[in-house]
Parts: sequence; C-alpha cells; structure tokens
Amino acid sequence: MSGTVPSHSGEPLPDASAGSGNERAAAKSEAPEQAKPLEVEFDLGTRDQDDGRTLDVDRMFRDYLLDGAYDEMRMPDGSIRPHYKALMETLTSLPHEELQRRKQSADLSFLTQGITFTVYGRDEGTERIFPYDLLPRLISASEWDLIERGLTQRIAALNHFLRDVYGEAKILKDGVVPRELVYSCKHYRRQMCGLEVPRGVYVAVAGTDLLRLRTGEYVVLEDNLRVPSGVSYMLTNRRVMKRTFPQLFHSYGVKPIEHYPQLLLNTLRSLAPEGRPEPNIVLLTPGVYNSAYFEHTYLARQMGIDLVEGRDLVTHDNVVYMRTTDGLKRVDVIYRRVDDDFSDPLVFRRDSSLGCVGLFNAYRAGNVTVTNAFGTGLADDKAMYAYVPDIIKYYLGEDAIINNVKTYLLTDPKSRQHVLANLDKLVVKAVGESGGYGMLIGPHSTKAQQEEFARAIEANPRNYIAQPTLDFSRAPCLFGSEIEPRHVDLRPYILFGDRAHIVPGGLTRVALEKGSLVVNSSQGGGSKDTWVLE
Amino acid sequence: MLSRVADSLYWMSRYLERAENTIRQLDVTMSLLLDTSETTAEMRWDRLLISLGNPTNVTWNGDAEAMARMLVFDGTVPASVTTCINAARENARQVREEISTEQWQRLNRLYHQMHSPHAQAQFGANMNDFLASVVDGIHLFKGVSDTTMIHGEGWQFIRLGRYLERAYATATLLEVYQERLLDLPEREHSGYQYLELVGLLRCCTSFEAYCQVYTADLSPDKILEFLLLNRDFPHALRYSIDGVRQSLDAIQRTGGRRPPEELLASAGKLHAMLRYTTIDEILEGNPGAFLHTIREHCQDIHDLLYRYYVQYSIQSALAV
Repeated sequence: MSGTVPSHSGEPLPDASAGSGNERAAAKSEAPEQAKPLEVEFDLGTRDQDDGRTLDVDRMFRDYLLDGAYDEMRMPDGSIRPHYKALMETLTSLPHEELQRRKQSADLSFLTQGITFTVYGRDEGTERIFPYDLLPRLISASEWDLIERGLTQRIAALNHFLRDVYGEAKILKDGVVPRELVYSCKHYRRQMCGLEVPRGVYVAVAGTDLLRLRTGEYVVLEDNLRVPSGVSYMLTNRRVMKRTFPQLFHSYGVKPIEHYPQLLLNTLRSLAPEGRPEPNIVLLTPGVYNSAYFEHTYLARQMGIDLVEGRDLVTHDNVVYMRTTDGLKRVDVIYRRVDDDFSDPLVFRRDSSLGCVGLFNAYRAGNVTVTNAFGTGLADDKAMYAYVPDIIKYYLGEDAIINNVKTYLLTDPKSRQHVLANLDKLVVKAVGESGGYGMLIGPHSTKAQQEEFARAIEANPRNYIAQPTLDFSRAPCLFGSEIEPRHVDLRPYILFGDRAHIVPGGLTRVALEKGSLVVNSSQGGGSKDTWVLE
Repeated sequence: MLSRVADSLYWMSRYLERAENTIRQLDVTMSLLLDTSETTAEMRWDRLLISLGNPTNVTWNGDAEAMARMLVFDGTVPASVTTCINAARENARQVREEISTEQWQRLNRLYHQMHSPHAQAQFGANMNDFLASVVDGIHLFKGVSDTTMIHGEGWQFIRLGRYLERAYATATLLEVYQERLLDLPEREHSGYQYLELVGLLRCCTSFEAYCQVYTADLSPDKILEFLLLNRDFPHALRYSIDGVRQSLDAIQRTGGRRPPEELLASAGKLHAMLRYTTIDEILEGNPGAFLHTIREHCQDIHDLLYRYYVQYSIQSALAV
C-alpha cells in the first residue's frame, strides 16, 4: 500500500478516541472524594417498612454517595425523585437472583447481537461485550423539551455560521467572531469557500455532549460536528433493555428511538443532488481497522445501503461510481465516516489511502452529496465553542437555550493571566485535539505538568482553552445487588436535513469505575439506555 | 454487490478449500509412509509438494514429522493449513457484515484452534485426530454457509471459489500422479500398489464413493475415469466444473452482470471436454496434456472472473 493508514480516523466516539474523556475529570478540589454518604431514610412511597424488604433496600444503597454533585435519581435529602420511583420499586421488588438472571440474559443478548469489541491477536476471549449498565437513565418530558429546543436552535445556528463563513463571511465583517480564530483553525477548509452545498446543510449529523451541573442545569460541553459516533450503542442498548425490563418499560411510556436509521436515511435522501429521484446512498467507512467499524456495518445494514471503502469508489468526469459485479454504479449521496483529511488525497492529505481520488471535485461539481460537508470541524473547534452563544444570537436573534461551560480563551491576555495563575484548579484543553490528548486536569496534575502547559500556552495561546473543573451529575448504576451513583453525560444525536430531527434520548455514557470521572469505554466507561418519558 | 465484497467471499472460500486439500494430501502421504514400499519417502514428499503448488521455501529434509508440522503450522509456507485459514479469516473479516454470525463464529473458532497454545502439542500427540478436527471445522463452516446465508450473489461467489479451487487442485493432483499410475504393469496388483491407489482416492475423499460405483476393483483407468468424468461425485472434476457453470449463471440472475462470452466459452469448453470425452479417448491420447489443459482453463476462468467482475478498467465499464 502506498499511503499510510491511520490507526483510526479520529472520530470522537465512545471508545478509544472519545473527544471528551478525562476532560470530565472534574473532581472538586474542595470536597474530598471520600465524603461520607449521607445517612438518610428514603421514601419509597407507600411500602410497608416491616415487610422485610427494607433490609435489602438498606443494603442496596449502602454505598450510595450523595454529595454536591447533582444526583439523577435522588434529591439532596435522599428521597427519590418522582420519575425514578417506579424504577426503584421494580428493583427493590425483584429478588437478587432474578436481577442477576436478567443481567445475564442482557449480556447474552449483547453477545449474540454481535455488539462486541473484537480483540484481535488474542488466543481466547476474542469478543467482549461493550460495557453497559442495566439501569436506564430517565429524563422527564419537560427536561427533554428543553434539550430538544436547545439543540435544534444550536444546530440551526451552527449551519448558518458555516454557510456564512464559507460564503459572505458577514459575521467576520461584523466582528462578532474574530477572523484570526477562523483562519487559524486547523479544521478550516479553504477549499470550501464559495461552494454551495446542497440545501445549505453543512452538518446533517451531529452529536452534542451535554453535562448536568450541580444545579441540575444542562450545559453543552462540546459539539461533535465532523463524524460523531456511538449511535449504534444507543440503538442496541434500547433493544436489550426492552427485553430485560419489558413491563417497566411499558409502564413508563418511553418515547421510541428505533426509527433513527430511517430518519437518517430520509435525511441523507433529502440532500441528494437535484435530478436524482432514486439516489444511491452509501456509507463510506475507513475499513475494518477503525474502532467504530461495528457501527458502520450496523447502520449500513439497518438502512439497507452499501458499506463502501475508498477503494470501492472511482471518479470519472466528476461523477463518483462504485465498483460492483454488475459494473460501475453511480453514487449520489455519501454518508461519510472518514475524516476530512483522509477523504481525497488530491485535495487533502496526499498520503491517505482511505479516501477516493477525485471525490472533492465531484462534490464541487454538485454530482455527489457528501455529508457531513468538509470543513465542519471549524464549528466544533474548542475555541470557536466559546462563541457559539454569540453565533446563536447573531443569526437567530435569540439567547442560547442551553448554556455553554465557562471557557477562557487564552488569546485574551487577561484570561491568560488568570488561567496561568490558576492552572491547579482548571482544565486546559488543546483546541484541535480529541480523545483526551493534549489536556491538563488541574487538580490531578503535578507541578511539572502545569509548568509544561504554561510554557505551551505562552508559546501558542490560540491552541488552548481553559474551563473550570466541573462537578457533573451522577446516575444510579447496578453493581451486583448494590446500587451506586456514577458520573454520566448525555450525547443526543441531531439530524438536520429539511429540518432538525432528534430522537428522544441519546447515548448516556457512564464512568463505571468508582470515583472516576472518565466516561470513555477504553478507560472503564460504559453506557446506559436513556429513557425519555412521555 | 460490491466487487470488493465478491472478491473477499471468493477468496475466503478458495482458501478454506485449499486448507482442506492440504490436510487430506498430507494425511494420505503420512499414512503411506508407514508402509515400506518401493516408493521412497523422498519421492512421496516431492509428489506431495508438487501437487500443493510447489511452495518455494520447502524441500524434503528427511524428517517427515517436521515436514508435516511445517505444512500445518508454518504461516510463511504458502499452502500450509495455517496460512490458508489465516487468509480465509482475514477475507471474512473484511466483509463481516456480508456473512452470517454462524459462519463468522465457525471460522473464528477454526482460526483459534490453529493458534491455540495447545495446538502443537495436540498435533504431536495425535496428528490424525488433530487434522480430522480441523477438517470437521471446515465442513461445519461449509454447512452453515449453505444453511444460514441467503443463496444470493455472495453465496454464488463462495460456491464459485470452492469449485474452482477444487477443480484446479484435483487436476493438479492427477497430473502429478498420472504418469506413475498409468505405468503400473498390467499384472495383478500387489498389496503396495493397492495401497497406492487407495491413497490417491483418499486424497479426494473418494474411496468409498468409488467402491459404490466400481466395487473395490481398483484400476488406474477406472480411477481416472471416476475422478475426471463422474457426473455425481462432488470431488470429480466434471462435477466441480458443472458447479462453476451453475454459479456463473446464477450470478447473472442474482444481480451481477452477464458473464462475457469468453468466460462462458472457457467454462463451456471445459464442460464439453469432461462431458463428451470418454476415458478411452483420453488414455489413447496424452492424459498429461489433457489434465494440463484443464488446469489452464481453470486459470483462464479465474483471470476472466477477475477482469470482468473485480478488477475491470473504468473505461471498459463506462463503455457498456
């Protein structure tokens, strides 16, 4: 092979390369980790306290830590939030053995559905199931309504922004977003300037990471606007949970998410080039070595479209074809799961062998739709993130419905000074990196690391941002027969074709290790099903 | 179907067939070595290696056990069992979504059996059992392939790979053996010669099938007739070529394009050779050349398949 094949395409995703792993490492420095669990009674409604089950309940919650962080299930005084009551009642009414049996059958279900990591080069145990927690995370209808409105607003504004920046650049002329921030962004693609993308949609598939602060307020931690992944885990979690807790699921009235593949397909179809009423839609994968390959095969199968690699595609006269046993077949829409850099060696990285030669020109000519568009990374740059509230205001004339995390731009001398003086308390991130690379977690860092970062910041302030360490919410997880809280985030998936569609829920990632704030599956993180209630 | 997918399925299948062929021939050779006969070990190994395509870095070194180990476990030897199973699995992995879970699991299990830390010891303890269990694994794979996969275009490419590989291997085997086989003097066979003939049949798992057709009356002519011209036995050349032709037809029916005239002609000629030539005609002519022609046609079919379905030029495809 002539070019280099990167080990992964740099997708921010739930496993190896997640964009926001340690950055949730946000232990509050003032509250020691070993804070004693509050001794509380909890209210499980009308249950008789003497029926012998209270003991189980006590044991179940023996190690349930309640401190400053927002708890998804319990109020600060220990009582159960109303929408979690039915779940708790089910759990406490199930005998321990029954719970274990369900856990095992859920494990088996993951295994037989092939939702596994394949560990190669090992003599045994080649297939491991994706770590998950059996208890669903519940989101009430009103909370969801807010999230949905907030994300819809955000995706609309970000698409406006990309169209503007790659077009007339009014927002830069008006000085709302500094020019140098745009032109110094590593994901800015000058090739996209002046190019009209189909229906003006740059980001058709986004995954936005939300956290919940101490107050219970949802905030956006980051937008993933390039090739977000993890949606297959959302879908398979649901399938397994429906089998594991059928009655509970039914009684809760959970909003469905199963139509995601169909919505995605419709979104892709709505972006097809003009005059192609029966578009041939394909999913472009970097191949089997990519850590999200399972997801690529899963989505392709669920949508009934072909899964292609760069080597399956050829271009001729600015038309993209795929090689089939029935000859060349024209390709109209490409759902791209390969990074910009590796998509077309003629235009982007020359040493890439994952892409398709001539793809960009065909795209430019309007003969094929590639989505997400190239250059969308500009809008999920960690420094640009700080401007998203202004971007929303500028294009939509509205205030952001979901706020950002406070972010210090280090190009500003005053902020820089403040950050440098408080490196032991803040989280510093390199703007273009993901997967937890190039990051300093103040409270967990050594003096030497802090000094190293201070030097790096001084040398290139544009390359870094700083945020306060966050104490984000916890949700109950099942460990054996005990329930303990663990930190969780939420990644809803937003589709944007003719309009925004968000299936209710998303991927809840959870730091399964005790005391951990890292939700990456490669570092002891897992996922949970997310139930949005009617 | 994507050309790349068809290609991977085709090779996955060819490699498994090849692994099975290596095992059978190795097994027969090792068991014939137990009997003292006028054929020396060196001659037997030479023949074995030639019929396995003469792997470049292997020569007879006087140690049958070590040689066998090499043909089973050495991943650098082209037709070794490990090499073939590795390659089959790698091809399957590239198209994991196109094959059934059962197929993948069987193949994976086979792979891990070969790479288990106990494999060498098991092989040392009882070579026959070990090889038999690998063949079992391959048969299981074929079984689940036939029962769990849609018999669509992908399955046809699997079938095509299987029969083309088999036809080629059988033709090679017969070409290597025919000279000595037909030179056998017309007298009643000694016990050794009998063993020799049984060995040849067993290389194609055809001893029992032969007996059903011809009784245990072994003669080189009949063996050649059976392995070349029998219509109903799956390891006979004619049967394999019929399988190839059926799959070519089916590929067109299930989504691929119509095979080009050249390809149909090549397969058709091969079919006609095996369908309408009698064994007497073959023996009167030049059996070696006949077998050689068969091999050439198999190679042609492979090349044409590639040129037409997998590695076609863009210009030719656009011209259609």
